[in-house]
Amino acid sequence: MFSTSLTVNDLLYLLEGAWVTVQLTAWSILLGTLAGLLFGLLRALLPRASLPLAWVLDAFRSVPLLIQFVLFNSLKSIVGLDLSAFAVGCIVLGVYAAAYFTEIVRGGVLAVPLSTRRASRSLGLSYLQDLRFIVLPIATRVAFPGWLNLVLGVMKDTALVMWIGIVELLRASQTIVTRIQEPLLVLCIAGLIYYVMSLVVARLGARLERRWQEND
Amino acid sequence: MFDYTFQWRPALRALPDMFAGAWVTFETAALSMIFGVLIALVLTVMRQARHPLLRGVGNGWVSIARNTPSLFQIYILYFGLGSLGLHVSSWFALLAGITFNNAGYLAENFRGGLKAVPGTQMRAARSLGMSAFQAYRMIIVPQLLRIVFYPLTNQMVWAVLMTSLGVVVGLNNDLTGVTQEYNVKTFRTFEYFALAAVLYYLIAKLIVGLARLLSWRLFRY
Repeated sequence: MFSTSLTVNDLLYLLEGAWVTVQLTAWSILLGTLAGLLFGLLRALLPRASLPLAWVLDAFRSVPLLIQFVLFNSLKSIVGLDLSAFAVGCIVLGVYAAAYFTEIVRGGVLAVPLSTRRASRSLGLSYLQDLRFIVLPIATRVAFPGWLNLVLGVMKDTALVMWIGIVELLRASQTIVTRIQEPLLVLCIAGLIYYVMSLVVARLGARLERRWQEND
Repeated sequence: MFDYTFQWRPALRALPDMFAGAWVTFETAALSMIFGVLIALVLTVMRQARHPLLRGVGNGWVSIARNTPSLFQIYILYFGLGSLGLHVSSWFALLAGITFNNAGYLAENFRGGLKAVPGTQMRAARSLGMSAFQAYRMIIVPQLLRIVFYPLTNQMVWAVLMTSLGVVVGLNNDLTGVTQEYNVKTFRTFEYFALAAVLYYLIAKLIVGLARLLSWRLFRY
């Protein structure tokens, strides 16, 4: 009853898939963080002028990720860009992450009390110095939990890239299921891998957060 | 570089079918939210219980729902239950998967909301002679729902977006499913999916708008 035809090679295949998941997450978070930081600052500092940006990013948050993947993939073919499926996955996920991260950054910057910023300016700091030494450290602490949640969210959303043909963790488990016909076991292993990855990220984040709050 | 002619007419002709699909999508999301809220309320109470088994089940549900992809949860329900001899339709697997996911996320929201309801409310209700269940039903939960109303709206939008995953397990009558059916017939991928994206956007905006109206009506003192 407890016999299985799952081999060590299958496990390695799953781990390879997990590695693709990690890579996708890392690249798209990098992209999303950089873009989100820029957009978020724009949204917080020039709220009127960047209103169109807010509408565009809102559209990315209101359309299912699966459809965004399909749309961008076909757009790529139409325009004739020579991108790998992996790059498409990274870009779409990155833009998606940026759309969320923009709101997080905006919230963080707006959480810095105006009186604090006025105080720094009246102490003789320039606008950029005020942003660099006053707003950045405070906003980072406010925005960090949101960013961590975003990382976890994006990691789970990478599962959708299977639709455009990238073999990541879930797709790898699917391939193995097709071969050995034991869906419950294989899927549970895949789920466990996801769970452990999420847990590790969450633990690391919590530790960092604690260390930052030591001096508060 | 650009030798592609967009053909919007067949896509527009598919619009009535896509509207029907949008309705299925909305229905599925709404059902999953209703069940999700009910389960999440139970989970919230369970996680505060003294009995370790109740607490364990509650915490386990929430952490699994929050730490694994929703697509994975749908897969487990569709393929996993199938291997146990329980063959469920792809619509049911989708609904159950999203409900599971919603319940986990909402339970976490509710836990935060519950902290915002003053503890004195419970004690006052109990000292007025209400039973624990009555106090929860008539005092705590109404205040809780008021606090978590905004996260609830957000989760509803999420639920609508998640229903698009049904197509991966072979659902063909929700918005994405209908779109995919047309897509494989005609290979006008961009046109059909662009239309679907617009419809999803409209549904999401509709939900947010309705919620705003509802909150005006509900939360007047």
